[in-house]
Amino acid sequence: MIPASFEYHRPRSVQEALALLATHGDGARVVAGGHSLVPMMKLRMARPDHLVDLQELAELRQIRSETGYLVIGAMTTQHELIGSELLAAKCPILRETSLLIADPQVRYCGTLGGNVANGDPGNDMPAVMMVLAASYRIAGAGGERQVAARDFYRGTFATALQEGEILTEIRIPVLAAGHGYAYEKQKRKVGDYATAAAAVVLSRTGGKCTAASVALTNVADTPLFAADAGAALVGTALDAKAIAQAVRLAQKIARPSPDGRGPADFRTHVAGVMVRRAIERAAGRAA
Amino acid sequence: MSKMHLKLKVNNRDVETLTEPRTLLIHVLREQLGLTGPHIGCDTSHCGACTVDMNGRSVKSCTVLAAQADGATLLTIEGMASPDGTLHALQESFRTHHGLQCGFCTPGMITRAYRLLQENPNPTEAEIRFGISGNLCRCTGYQNIVKAIRAAADTLASVKEAAE
Repeated sequence: MIPASFEYHRPRSVQEALALLATHGDGARVVAGGHSLVPMMKLRMARPDHLVDLQELAELRQIRSETGYLVIGAMTTQHELIGSELLAAKCPILRETSLLIADPQVRYCGTLGGNVANGDPGNDMPAVMMVLAASYRIAGAGGERQVAARDFYRGTFATALQEGEILTEIRIPVLAAGHGYAYEKQKRKVGDYATAAAAVVLSRTGGKCTAASVALTNVADTPLFAADAGAALVGTALDAKAIAQAVRLAQKIARPSPDGRGPADFRTHVAGVMVRRAIERAAGRAA
Repeated sequence: MSKMHLKLKVNNRDVETLTEPRTLLIHVLREQLGLTGPHIGCDTSHCGACTVDMNGRSVKSCTVLAAQADGATLLTIEGMASPDGTLHALQESFRTHHGLQCGFCTPGMITRAYRLLQENPNPTEAEIRFGISGNLCRCTGYQNIVKAIRAAADTLASVKEAAE
């Protein structure tokens, strides 16, 4: 399988990349690690006339701490996320999630920015970004803007990203010390997308849950922020009854399509199991 | 579409070839450079038979465009043995531990294992299995592949120790 012809560009700065996108309009596509786009191009489901490769943009390959935020450049690979001491200490759910994505070779190439910007409901990081209340920094011809992960996803491969824009950075508010977290993913094999997956971040003081966020992967045409499920946990002792209620509320918003991973009812069931396990594991980790 | 002058360093040799940007790296290696060690298995980035080392990372060369690889440093199975023909510890180990049957996955397995041992010179069995989870073998059931990689780690460690 060979992609259709295109012209290749390797800009040296974000400004240069934006200028290329402005010049070539909707015939241009940005490529980060290429492990979603190149397969689509090989299948001729994507046929960009101009490919703008961001691999030289070292400015987008940084992981740093800012006041109140962890900031991750969009070109940071899954492999780099896994290896980051800073993230292991401050935001360990990222490492846990990255290790469940694809396989070692793909993780050397696949980027966080590509994973969150692609808009494929099978991507794992969007749900994690939702529970982390992350926002995406987006550069365009007219300047920069930020969009919250919870507002970014519109449909399958449809996001708030406009033509001519590049997602440059992921900004994660610093997490509460002692927070509990978990990403639970059921997949058929290494490299598969989730049958269903759930991300949970929560905090607990004196036995009572003080904050909780829940989000779901691959059970609708977008990742889903399960606001009601999270709210149902706050104020409880994270006992079996509270967890069962959160599971029910999360399952209520799931709208999976039947596919090779199972019928819709089954995938909704699995989503519930993933939510329960993620809450239990996060609760066990919360200080 | 116009062709590009692709510059690569492959197995310690500078090479230049004329190709279309859309050509996949695996085709450049096999058809233009005559390096037929990396294989095309699934052509969909699942099986790992096309794995090569690119800029210090294991990549599936069926999912890398020639244009993306421009300027890269590559190592393929052809570059693993010493110039005098002495096999690399991994190659020797796959032979002595019967880490292959049909051999189709072997070049990918060995180049992947090479990078795994660079990053983790003393892996557990579980770490080896996780580390080669992007490479499929339909013959062996993996047991002897895992043994071979573990044994190669021991060989490399003792060579290193002897040198120190």
